Amino acid sequence: MNIVVCVKHIPDPNLPPEMDGTRLKREGVQGVLDPGDEFGVEAGLQLKEQHGGEVTLVSMGPPAAREAITRGLSMGADKGILVSDDALQNADALVTARVLAAAIKRAEFDLVIAGVESTDGYTGTMPATLAEFLDVPMITFVKELENAEGNLKVDRQTADGYHVVEAPLPALITVTAGVNEPRYASFKGIMAAKKKPVDELSLADLGLSGDDVASKQTVKELSPAEERKAGEVVEDDGTAAEKIADFLAEAKVI
Amino acid sequence: MDFDISDEQRRFQGVVRSFVDDAIRPNVEAWDRSHELPMDAVRQMAELGLFGLPFPEEFGGSGSDFLTLCLAIEEIARVDSSLAITLEAAVGLGSMPVYRFGSESQRKELLPELAAGEALAAFGLTEPGGGSDAGATRTRARQDGGEWVINGSKSFITNSGTPITKFVTITAITGEVDGNKEITAIVVPNGTRGFEVGKAYRKMGWHHSDTHELAFSDCRVPLDNQLGERGQGFRNFLEILDDGRIAIAALAVGLAQGCLDESVKYVHERTAFGRPIGSFQALQFKIADMATKVELARTMYYKAAWLKEKESPYKKEAAMAKLYASEIAVDVAREAVQVHGGYGYIEEFDVCRHFRDSKILEIGEGTSEIMRILIARSLGLPEA
Ligand SMILES: Cc1cc2nc3c(=O)[nH]c(=O)nc-3n(C[C@H](O)[C@H](O)[C@H](O)COP(=O)(O)OP(=O)(O)OC[C@H]3O[C@@H](n4cnc5c(N)ncnc54)[C@H](O)[C@@H]3O)c2cc1C
Repeated sequence: MNIVVCVKHIPDPNLPPEMDGTRLKREGVQGVLDPGDEFGVEAGLQLKEQHGGEVTLVSMGPPAAREAITRGLSMGADKGILVSDDALQNADALVTARVLAAAIKRAEFDLVIAGVESTDGYTGTMPATLAEFLDVPMITFVKELENAEGNLKVDRQTADGYHVVEAPLPALITVTAGVNEPRYASFKGIMAAKKKPVDELSLADLGLSGDDVASKQTVKELSPAEERKAGEVVEDDGTAAEKIADFLAEAKVI
Repeated sequence: MDFDISDEQRRFQGVVRSFVDDAIRPNVEAWDRSHELPMDAVRQMAELGLFGLPFPEEFGGSGSDFLTLCLAIEEIARVDSSLAITLEAAVGLGSMPVYRFGSESQRKELLPELAAGEALAAFGLTEPGGGSDAGATRTRARQDGGEWVINGSKSFITNSGTPITKFVTITAITGEVDGNKEITAIVVPNGTRGFEVGKAYRKMGWHHSDTHELAFSDCRVPLDNQLGERGQGFRNFLEILDDGRIAIAALAVGLAQGCLDESVKYVHERTAFGRPIGSFQALQFKIADMATKVELARTMYYKAAWLKEKESPYKKEAAMAKLYASEIAVDVAREAVQVHGGYGYIEEFDVCRHFRDSKILEIGEGTSEIMRILIARSLGLPEA
């Protein structure tokens, strides 16, 4: 089974974000493999362990994004593709999907795995766009998956349970955070990663031009999220239970 | 000169750090209270490959080096000294003598299980009658046919009584050469008749590290269990202790770094007289001193490990690293408690545990006094 996992290198979400105008600063800041993508890598590795084949990591980003690929290779993925080009600096989700599709299509694939959304941009639109460019079916919010003879069978998380959905391969799925326990890289894995191949590609290598990657979206304005208000403290003078019940009723929770 | 660790070491350090944050930090307080080595955590550490770090792949290790082991010990000790010493003693004291001095068949037989972390081994040098004066060994092993017959006892032996402890390597007197005791190292498997593991000590710190007194009475093991040459037991163990000191320095640096991190966090959060306490110069100076000491101690243990790696003499530097790092760890932990005020004296706060855990660092694997003696000796000062 040839499995492709999309991985993104993002500024460490545990540190306060640094902005450059309306853009998140990506260069010169501590970067990590998007924690959401670790679940995708783990899902890919588990499928490979069951069915054999190869796990390829694909990423678009500045040269420093290679670190995210290295991280996935240390966990056990086989090879990587990094698309890096100055023309991609302001890429929106549509451009990203077009570029990743071009990179993925260079080889045969059975399954593409992505996170539901990235931890930095949070648009959540890239995977669906990518599925469209690849012309494959897409299943979102996958929490459990199984490859039954070329047919993908998944449990798909919903608000109040899960759907069981099947799709022929090749297909694209998005996995939610928490579906599995991403493995830690061992020292041996880290050493082995050094020797695994990573293709570094430019737009020209993918046959794309500057026009193909002109972003259609622009961020007009950016404002900080409203600070969460301090909660209300209910002192128990004998009527606390009543007050809490009223509060919940008002919030239409009960 | 290059003060950097390699990219691979940095990546592995990052992996161990996230493991510590995910799997150790949330549980450390409960483990400390239980006074029991958490075997689940040991298993997870084993899965990470920590117990095999410095050994070649042919013995089931991951072929890294001693500094990488120290980096892992430091990361764990930021949060949990008990698990850090469990790892340090298992690799540095349990497995290393087998790797360094064992015969090819001993290495093949004993190492893979230890490197995989499926079994632990311990190292028994200290006796009730003396630790610093390691030559004061009383435990005896006499040859009887094809066997060693061992009588004596050992104290404070780390990892000697865990559910997966496989054996203890002890030093014993096996004769006399030119009026001096001949000391030999012997592997004694747990469960051997006549070998009794006493009940666990109640300790000031290192609560969930496993420490026992051991008793041997007419305990018989095959002559083949001798580790290294006859009469070289003492010399070999001293060599092992040189390495152990670098690893203890790493452990001390981790503990001190943990105290520094907690203190920096706390002085932002806590206010007094209408300001964060971190704005008081008295506390800023304390924290600046802590940070300086941590940095110096780390630089020194890196240097000692680097000398060892390039096979230069490092005995003096290892003693300096151990002496300095363990003493600053106690200082930094004490000041971290001070910075936390009353909360620093309460067990829910990490610095409280760190303070209790710090003191042993000035004692185990050679006391501060012994370190100073070694350093003085290396300067050629007249002997007493
Ligand atoms: C939790 C724990 C775990 C341990 N794990 C192990 C283990 O796994 N294996 C093992 O073999 N041992 C272990 N030890 C033992 C430890 O290494 C010894 O306790 C240590 O070496 C000191 O020996 P001692 O306790 O006999 O003290 P002593 O040697 O009796 O020392 C008492 C005091 O006298 C000082 N002193 C001694 N001689 C001199 C001198 N010549 N000049 C100046 N001062 C001197 C010492 O520095 C110390 O301050 C452990 C100890 C503890 C507490």
